Amino acid sequence: MPDPLLTLANVESAYGPVRAIRGVSLSVPPASIVAVLGANGAGKTTILKTISGIIDPQKGSVHFKGEAIHGMDPAGIVRRGLCHVPEGREVFPMLSVLDNLMMGAYTRTDRDGVRRDLEQVFGYFPILKERAKQQAGLLSGGQQQMLAISRAIMGQPELMLLDEPSLGLSPKLTREIFDIVVRINRERGTTLLLVEQNAAIALEVADYGYVLEVGRIVMEDTCERLREKEDIREFYLGMKDAGARGERRWKRKKTWR
Amino acid sequence: MQLLQVLIGGISQGCIYGLIALGFVLIYKATEAVNFAQGELMMLGAFCGLGFSTALGLPYWAVLPCSVLAMGIFGFLTEALVLRPILGQPAFALIMVTIGVGYVARGLITMIPGIGTETHVFEAPFHDEVITLGPLVIGMEQAVIIGASFLLCGGLFALFRYTRVGVAMQAISQNQLAAYYMGIPVKRLNSLVWAISAGMAAVAGVLLAPVTFVHANMGFIGLKAFPAAVIGGFESLPGAIVGGLIIGIVEALAGFYLPEGFKDVAPYVVVLAMLMIRPHGLFGTSMRKRV
Repeated sequence: MPDPLLTLANVESAYGPVRAIRGVSLSVPPASIVAVLGANGAGKTTILKTISGIIDPQKGSVHFKGEAIHGMDPAGIVRRGLCHVPEGREVFPMLSVLDNLMMGAYTRTDRDGVRRDLEQVFGYFPILKERAKQQAGLLSGGQQQMLAISRAIMGQPELMLLDEPSLGLSPKLTREIFDIVVRINRERGTTLLLVEQNAAIALEVADYGYVLEVGRIVMEDTCERLREKEDIREFYLGMKDAGARGERRWKRKKTWR
Repeated sequence: MQLLQVLIGGISQGCIYGLIALGFVLIYKATEAVNFAQGELMMLGAFCGLGFSTALGLPYWAVLPCSVLAMGIFGFLTEALVLRPILGQPAFALIMVTIGVGYVARGLITMIPGIGTETHVFEAPFHDEVITLGPLVIGMEQAVIIGASFLLCGGLFALFRYTRVGVAMQAISQNQLAAYYMGIPVKRLNSLVWAISAGMAAVAGVLLAPVTFVHANMGFIGLKAFPAAVIGGFESLPGAIVGGLIIGIVEALAGFYLPEGFKDVAPYVVVLAMLMIRPHGLFGTSMRKRV
């Protein structure tokens, strides 16, 4: 296995007195898609915010390309090739779609590269080209998600953090977005760290998965194997094995085995 | 004709209000704090200009850019050293600090012996010149104020519309968190916004100085620029200028047609009326987030 692109070792982060993640260790190999699954409040978003420098970890370390990036300024982290697509889109509502995309490339100085990436982004999401002059706030939710992903691509990241890209989208749109996400990974070689509630689709596109519960990682494996685990099937994919009599009289407990 | 004459006086005064209001709006948009020291920044700018012209003997046209530069640096440092440490505190705290900055500025100026407590004449080289357009007589000072304000607004518009830094400033004001995510240096740009506001206050101060004299309390004009910003919606740059013009014109008309004393009340009457009719101001918008 090649050296991981990103490694978290024993990271603990808190919002004031509330400890959101308690000793998380994970690693992301280059050019892969890694998914973090977990329920609401498990600490998924906190992990991403800690990686991109929005909050500083209290303990532990974050290494990106062999360099410690915890405690670094978010702008410095972006410049090193790590872009974050935040939960809930967070586009700049009164700026045009084009300006939004150019803001994604704020840290770059290579104009030709920026233009090339802009063309590629418009290739992925033709609707954005059509609406390039419109205010981003007038786009639909799905289009805003496309814009948020595209904006991150414009930063030419080696590692892209994707926080709940399916939030508030129809199943069909979710499908479309994930198809593009996989294409970004395959065509640009961008490594992806994906946080998702929609476990079915996340386990389908990702290579490796971590399961997070109340701030701790309780299970990790390749996604193929995760899909077969009983706990995942029942609690994340909602598939129940019927008992011998066709119904079950007890509630299963998670064992994480 | 007399009416037109009064209107021009109002417009030139309104431009000054507009410039100060622009400073309010810029800082509010970027940092969501109202800078109550904006009037004092203008006063410092005027004293800066006075210093450059009397102590260094610079001509008026050189005084203007020098004061802008000096005040720009002052604004940048004020943000970086005084306001940034309390970032993350409630907006209330930020506002109190700006009021404090204003008091300190006024206090420091009055402490300069021989200068601070006096009222100074700051004459522009075009002091006595007038432009005559038929029966209309426009003082050169007023014409310069109007011209410079419009140039400055054009420059600001171009900055925000066409430059990368300007668009980034807009981005910060719309979604600060996302700006952080994009790697935009939010803190440095906030300092730059303060520098621009302070620089504009300096322009207002140096332009106004030949008309009203330079003294430590000239910053109270900020109290009239504030309603101008409110009328414009407090979030809109063109709104600030339009608001300033409205206040200036209303004030001039009230001074001309109404009995003594109404002039100073008129701007606030306009604001009250505006808040009742359009609470968002003329150019204010309310944008809701789509989920």
